Amino acid sequence: MSENTNKPKKEELFSAKNRKLLSNPMGKDNPITVQVLGICSVLAVTVQLKPSLVMALSVAVVMGVSNVAISLLRNTIPPRIRIIVQLTVIASMVILVDQVLKAFVYDISRQLSVFVGLIITNCIIMGRLEAFALSNKPWPSFLDGVGNAAGYGAVLLTVAFFRELLGSGTLFGYQVVPNFFYDLGYVNNGFMILPPMALITVGIIIWVQRHRNPDLVDVS
Amino acid sequence: MKALIEFVEKKIQPNFEKGGKFQKFHRSFEAFQTFLYVKGDVTRKGSHIRDAIDMKRTMFHVVIALVPALLFGMWNVGLQHYRAIGLEVTFFDQFLFGLIKVLPLVVVSYVVGLAVEFVFAEIRNHEVNEGFLVSGMLIPLIIPVTTPLWMVALATIFAVIIGKEVFGGTGMNILNPALLARAFLFFAYPAYLSGEVWIETSLREGQQLVDGFSGATPLAMLAAYETEQLPSIIEMFLGTIPGSVGETSTLAILIGAVILIATGVGSFRIMASVVLGGLFMGGILNIFAVNEFMATPAYYHLVIGGFAFGAVFMATDPVTASQTPTGKYIYGALIGVVTVLIRVVNPAYPEGMMLAILLMNVFAPLIDHYVVEANIKRRLKRLKRAPVKV
Repeated sequence: MSENTNKPKKEELFSAKNRKLLSNPMGKDNPITVQVLGICSVLAVTVQLKPSLVMALSVAVVMGVSNVAISLLRNTIPPRIRIIVQLTVIASMVILVDQVLKAFVYDISRQLSVFVGLIITNCIIMGRLEAFALSNKPWPSFLDGVGNAAGYGAVLLTVAFFRELLGSGTLFGYQVVPNFFYDLGYVNNGFMILPPMALITVGIIIWVQRHRNPDLVDVS
Repeated sequence: MKALIEFVEKKIQPNFEKGGKFQKFHRSFEAFQTFLYVKGDVTRKGSHIRDAIDMKRTMFHVVIALVPALLFGMWNVGLQHYRAIGLEVTFFDQFLFGLIKVLPLVVVSYVVGLAVEFVFAEIRNHEVNEGFLVSGMLIPLIIPVTTPLWMVALATIFAVIIGKEVFGGTGMNILNPALLARAFLFFAYPAYLSGEVWIETSLREGQQLVDGFSGATPLAMLAAYETEQLPSIIEMFLGTIPGSVGETSTLAILIGAVILIATGVGSFRIMASVVLGGLFMGGILNIFAVNEFMATPAYYHLVIGGFAFGAVFMATDPVTASQTPTGKYIYGALIGVVTVLIRVVNPAYPEGMMLAILLMNVFAPLIDHYVVEANIKRRLKRLKRAPVKV
């Protein structure tokens, strides 16, 4: 009876703490809007929704798996070469994802072009490995990876939604702006297709988020 | 008059003050009240002097300076239209046509922009920014008369919110809002801001364009190396050429420049250095000319396109320009140089004024920083040479 009290209670799979790992990156700890990481891919791939979705899923896979892998290895990696080990793990995952994309969704793979390969340099992944997976158990690490990828993906899809809707009048490639709008003189906004508008859209998302959550506003 | 002022202060103002019925709208009330007259507030302590020429009055000087360009632009719109359809009509008819076409642009720009300003002033509880008095007049003057009104509205909203309010309102903005509106239109709807859009050519029944009509601006002709059709330099100086509403007449803009300089609102340093910078770069290109555009006399650059308008009304924006006197020279000269470079060397953009000013807007704080640093360094050196004896 008294043996159990000394031992820390085994944590449930989805305890409050673990649920936070998943939900925090969606809100007040979002990798893009709060930590401002991974901006380059947001600018590059969000012209349309389809590539953005594929990109978000790819990042989720890479992040989930490499977080678990590093977490499993965390006690055997010598600190001095940990960055190289992390990079190797990420790179292997990215190559896998890249090959899968090329095999099954070749068109989108071509659209994403170099940016699949550049997932390796996505600061979010490296950051989570350094900050979380290296010092936590595999299951929380997995949740953290998936959570951050979801936070990344959510912003990516929001930006892509507005850019595709206003820039091309379509969503997932289907025309949604009715034809009589065009007959009335409506014109697609060519600026939305250019990268600066992605940055401004992200800025507006950050603005909205900080307006709703004043804790995030820097008081410096 | 006095009775009216007293009536407003006694009867209407209390409603908008703390505890009043319309307390929520007191920022809007304040804006309208000070638009008509400024209260004779004086400072109570310290050595500050309140000048009656507040920002609203300053901005109004610019609007007055813009009137010649606006009126000329209206007439020119009519002139170009009737020229295109080959009709001889009276001066009055030409002006009336332009008035009907240009007035909606001005109204849309002001109504939409001020609406956004008022909404933000109420939400964020700051004073209504008078800066838009000028921006609202500038926007219709720097776009083609054929721009659809909803695009003007959208660009104005974009410029006021993204260009100004996100930075904290007038005085905080990095980029010139009016130019940002134009840049937005330029990149969002390129088909409406380049090519044959400069002349209103909507035809009524029975009308047709004259043979050999071309709506190309002198800049476009030069960029295409078609110098035979170029209007004479006098025409280009007077402004009877196609172009954005208010930019064509260098003469009307010069009148505005005189008003700005005489009232001390616009910086002559910037205007002069923009012109010199443009002439300098044009001269260099003349020396190394390999095509007709590069061989065009440098002074042509001053009278074609938006060069004069940009130099007088855009580059001198007190918020986005450099603040130090030396910085103003550098800032202005670089605008002139970059404008001519973009015009002549970059085939993608026939006009370089907008992009050059926006670029230098971004660099203005940096220029100021180094001017100030240089000054500090110079004075430190003097200090070392002659150490202060204590």
